[in-house]
Amino acid sequence: MAFRLKLVPDNTNYNFFRWQWLTFGISALAMAASLVLVLVMGLNFGVDFKGGTTIRTESPTAFEVGEYREVLDGLDLGDVSITEVFDPTFGADKHVAMIRIGATNETGSVTPEELTRIEDALRAVDPQVTFPAVESIGPKVSAELIWTAVQAVGAATIGILFYIWIRFEWQFAIGAVVALVHDVLLTVGVFALFQFKFDLSTIAALLTILGYSVNDTVVVFDRLRENLIKFKSMPLIDVMNLTVNETLSRTIMTAVTTAIALTALLILGGDVIRGFVFAMLWGVFVGCYSTIYVAKNIVLWIGVKRDWSKKDPKDDPSSPFKGAEQP
Amino acid sequence: MLQIDRWKRILIIGLCVLGLAYAMPNLFYKRVETHNDAVIAVERSGGAATAEQEAAMALWPNWLPSSLVNLGLDLRGGAHLLAEVQVDQVYKARMDGMWPDLRQALSDKRATIGSIRRVSSPDGTLAIEIENADQMQVAVEAARSLSVPVTTLTGAGQDDLTVTASGNTLTVQLSDAEKAVTDDRTIQQSLEIVRRRVDEVGTREPTIMRQGQDRILIQVPGIGSAAELKALIGTTAKLTFNPVIGTGTNPNANPGIGNVILPSQEQPGLFYTLEETPVVTGEELTNAVPSTDQNGQPSVDFRFNPSGARKFGEYTTANIGQPFAIVLDNEVISAPVIRQAITAGSGQISGSMDFESANRLAVLLRAGALPAELTFLEERTIGPELGQDSIDAGRLASVVATIAVICYIVASYGLFGVFASIAVVVNVILILAVMSIMGATLTLPGIAGIVLTVGTAVDANVIIYERIREELRAGKRVVRAIDNGFKEAMSAIIDANVTTFIAALVMFFLGSGPVKGFAVTLTIGIVTSVFTAIYLTRLLIILWIDLRKPKELVL
Repeated sequence: MAFRLKLVPDNTNYNFFRWQWLTFGISALAMAASLVLVLVMGLNFGVDFKGGTTIRTESPTAFEVGEYREVLDGLDLGDVSITEVFDPTFGADKHVAMIRIGATNETGSVTPEELTRIEDALRAVDPQVTFPAVESIGPKVSAELIWTAVQAVGAATIGILFYIWIRFEWQFAIGAVVALVHDVLLTVGVFALFQFKFDLSTIAALLTILGYSVNDTVVVFDRLRENLIKFKSMPLIDVMNLTVNETLSRTIMTAVTTAIALTALLILGGDVIRGFVFAMLWGVFVGCYSTIYVAKNIVLWIGVKRDWSKKDPKDDPSSPFKGAEQP
Repeated sequence: MLQIDRWKRILIIGLCVLGLAYAMPNLFYKRVETHNDAVIAVERSGGAATAEQEAAMALWPNWLPSSLVNLGLDLRGGAHLLAEVQVDQVYKARMDGMWPDLRQALSDKRATIGSIRRVSSPDGTLAIEIENADQMQVAVEAARSLSVPVTTLTGAGQDDLTVTASGNTLTVQLSDAEKAVTDDRTIQQSLEIVRRRVDEVGTREPTIMRQGQDRILIQVPGIGSAAELKALIGTTAKLTFNPVIGTGTNPNANPGIGNVILPSQEQPGLFYTLEETPVVTGEELTNAVPSTDQNGQPSVDFRFNPSGARKFGEYTTANIGQPFAIVLDNEVISAPVIRQAITAGSGQISGSMDFESANRLAVLLRAGALPAELTFLEERTIGPELGQDSIDAGRLASVVATIAVICYIVASYGLFGVFASIAVVVNVILILAVMSIMGATLTLPGIAGIVLTVGTAVDANVIIYERIREELRAGKRVVRAIDNGFKEAMSAIIDANVTTFIAALVMFFLGSGPVKGFAVTLTIGIVTSVFTAIYLTRLLIILWIDLRKPKELVL
């Protein structure tokens, strides 16, 4: 017998519904908590969504955030925040700070004069400082960016809902979308809790979580449908348990490979995309959880049509996927 | 199922080899880039290559594929600007330009409508008071006679002017149809001028495109900062020649209707009162070159097109002895007195400038004036060093992620894990190849997208392998188990990938910036990963079965 790494034993028979009220309660609570967190603490919007300017400074010599703050306060720029960036990939001679300045005018971006003033002031404290990245977004655009971001997340959700509804049944579509909302909400909640920067990259991460979570759910649903045909008289709850047990190995396997890849990126990918990668990594875990504990529960509660034999798309000659299944 | 026709086998392997060939130039990024730049430069100069260009071209053989993944600004460094074109300004210019014609048309009817007078009105409209309010209809008709039908694609028969009357006031403005047409033309013209100005500095492959109704997106790799780029394209260089009414020192004095007060560039504190409607504008320039004036000072020589030359000639003939203002971007550069009629259609701008600024002014004038001002809504500068750091970090992370994932799969599935790993590596190569061929842009989130694809690309293989395991456990024979595994897994793989694909497409079409960059690699990655996970892996397994004829399989 050759060596095989197996995180999940061959034949599992866990009863995933034993704690269904507890797990679902936890999910509901977590969703509510996320909502409250977002409402109470708010999201730490980056300049993409809030408007304003961020300046990245790099210097070979260590600096005091207080010193920077002092010179910038002298410029009367309004809302200024300075954070020092630490990263394991930085060398000893690399000291990075992110300076964020609130939007100062109605529509456009920062004026060159303002920028020059800021850069000159910082150079006066630290002659070796450089400015490797400057981003400035006017409030007009940032408002639009928020709107397109919301649209993107909404459109993706609806598209997915529609696809699952066509391929499966509406109960599955509802289950998958509730799982989706669960994952997205929990991710946003974590961003609110830790006040991570929430910007366009975060939206990209959210959309990926959406795709990943649905991917995961759909694989389970697919097997569920198959089992529903195979075991016509078995109670729904037992068919579901069987299905999750059968697909558990795959669910874990895929989650672990994805997590491995993302962890490499989290540690080595540099600080610029760290928030983005963190969101995705978190999404993988939440997505995995929601597949097992959220999506199916909804389907179980709504109930589902048991006689699939006639409408199985595999037997349907008009199915667009007919050819793809028999390549 | 477990048989693949020979031509299909060749096709699968052929696609992989092709992918390898097209991805390979990216390994030698600098060399290929230098080669490509040289080829373009030689083409532009008409086929004659300098020794330096010959050397650059020799860096990469011509018969090899040479398309590269386009590196995004966040990786290469450069500046990004989102500009809004103030289209309304064109309405104002159009209406102000209309005034002399309208005045003429109304004066012809003076006998009926009485005296006329322009009164102040919002920008983009002309308001005229007439003496005899009861004869308004005549005035309206006279004004309407000036309008022409708008030519649009839909061919709707609207006129370009809307003339309304209330009491004794006649108001003329552009019609909605004309505004739409004008907006479109303004944006096109702005795009063209921005492109020419950016091209003048000769950086590589700038992206200059229209976005939405009235916006222009400008991305220039390799430029030092957005401020620099703004200085280059944001300068309006709107040159006009206006009649001078008087001079003064009060910038807030009332200039009177149709007149403006503009500062003098040479003498601070001096202000000119000018007629707002110019005699000739810079748009009628055909050429501008730096030169020196009779005192040896830097200046710019310019030449008008025939219609500009005619207008210039007529005005100078009629106004000898009068001062005449040369206005650049709302500053009076100089106001020479007309000594003689200038009918040759050429002239000279001199003022307080050095050779460098004379050269820059000539460039700006040659490239033409922006028809309307640009407001910058968004700007991003990414330094080249940060870009390089990001590439290094991304590359390292990708390599480590790939190796870690491979170790994990091989530990889990043994030989079949090796097959899956080969599929994953080929998948990454194919993504790069497709991106190179399409000229798609790789961004930092895009690298994250590739790494994520590495993680999920195995998913299809995992679904198949888990199925095979189940079949084996159920006591099926090896070939049968593998066959069933592929067959049963197919619907799950397709469903899973289609849903992800939906999310990726939405990101691509609705997203901007990082969202889009990520969507590009994700979309391509989904397609290529289905190919490698299903076809390539199956081919490898079939080859293995043919070779070993295994009686049993441990998976």
